Amino acid sequence: MRLPPLDSPQWNSTLRAFAWGMSAISATILSAVLFVTYIGIGALSHEAQFSLLWAILATVLVWAGPAQIILITTLASGASIVQSAIAVTVSAIRLFPMVVAVLPLMRTEKTKRRHLVLVAHFTAVTLWVECYRFLPHVPRERRVAFIHGLGCGLMSIGLTATIIGYELAANLSQTLASAILLLTPLAFLFSTARNSRTLADILALVLGLVLYPVAALMNSGLDILVSGVVAGTIAYGVHKWREAP
Amino acid sequence: MSDFMRDFIGDWHALVVLVLAGVIPNQFWRMLGLWLGSGLDEGSDLLMWVKAVATAILAGVIAQILVEPPGALASVPASLRYGALVAGFAAFMLTRRSIFAGVVCGEIVMLAGRWWPG
Repeated sequence: MRLPPLDSPQWNSTLRAFAWGMSAISATILSAVLFVTYIGIGALSHEAQFSLLWAILATVLVWAGPAQIILITTLASGASIVQSAIAVTVSAIRLFPMVVAVLPLMRTEKTKRRHLVLVAHFTAVTLWVECYRFLPHVPRERRVAFIHGLGCGLMSIGLTATIIGYELAANLSQTLASAILLLTPLAFLFSTARNSRTLADILALVLGLVLYPVAALMNSGLDILVSGVVAGTIAYGVHKWREAP
Repeated sequence: MSDFMRDFIGDWHALVVLVLAGVIPNQFWRMLGLWLGSGLDEGSDLLMWVKAVATAILAGVIAQILVEPPGALASVPASLRYGALVAGFAAFMLTRRSIFAGVVCGEIVMLAGRWWPG
């Protein structure tokens, strides 16, 4: 997709900028990844016996794939609300630096904080990546409208996929339903692996995969937190040790 | 209330849990980013540790779905679940990290294993 040049009169209208943002979803492979991810999340919500409204609200209000599967999986395996909330909170911390990084890209002297609330809400890994790709081609004073459009577009994809995945899991044969459920671990494993650049990232991923089954043997109810903190701390420690002169 | 609406809304306790354990933890960090805005060192030690723990928690959940599969996925033998993941990962690496190739290959292996005669 080619956006109009920065000085084009097409950018004079805020609504036009919103529409350009919305149509930008067709220009990225990440839309397909998002679709597949949320098909899996919808199916997982069904298998964990949550209602369709629950699945819809989770996608619209949480809007972070990893947090959603952590929430669904921990609650379904009988963890307490506090344990789930802790696991989700830790996974959500990564949104903080993303929001901090994204907002200056679209701030102008006239921008008020309340204008950026929705941008902060839409911020998740997909939007964060796309901001760096698209925003240099959008005039600064139209960037908030553009991102509102892009965020709405991405969320429509996620929402549609959530509903489709939920209904597929409810109505398909067992084999096909299991294929839909397998999408979640596959899509998350490969997208996390793709985003892993530093040694700490790679070790955290590998150790997290390997240590969970070990921690699960203890059956403490805190398995996911125990394996996460241990694996993450080892990964961080090795990274620091390698970095030390 | 009709049956359809009752099924659609489900248990309202679950919706409260969603807000407490799902929505609030996520919105808290987003809105903190909005309020504090700047002055954050992306390379700080604390943030690196948090990122590593968050990645490991997500990896743990991926492992959990495969080791203790939910619903219909439990009907797939363990060897086939792990085999599909390994095959998908091989395809992912061979295609210079294509998520799409990895997912498709993993799914094909799992479905072939289920439908193969015998």
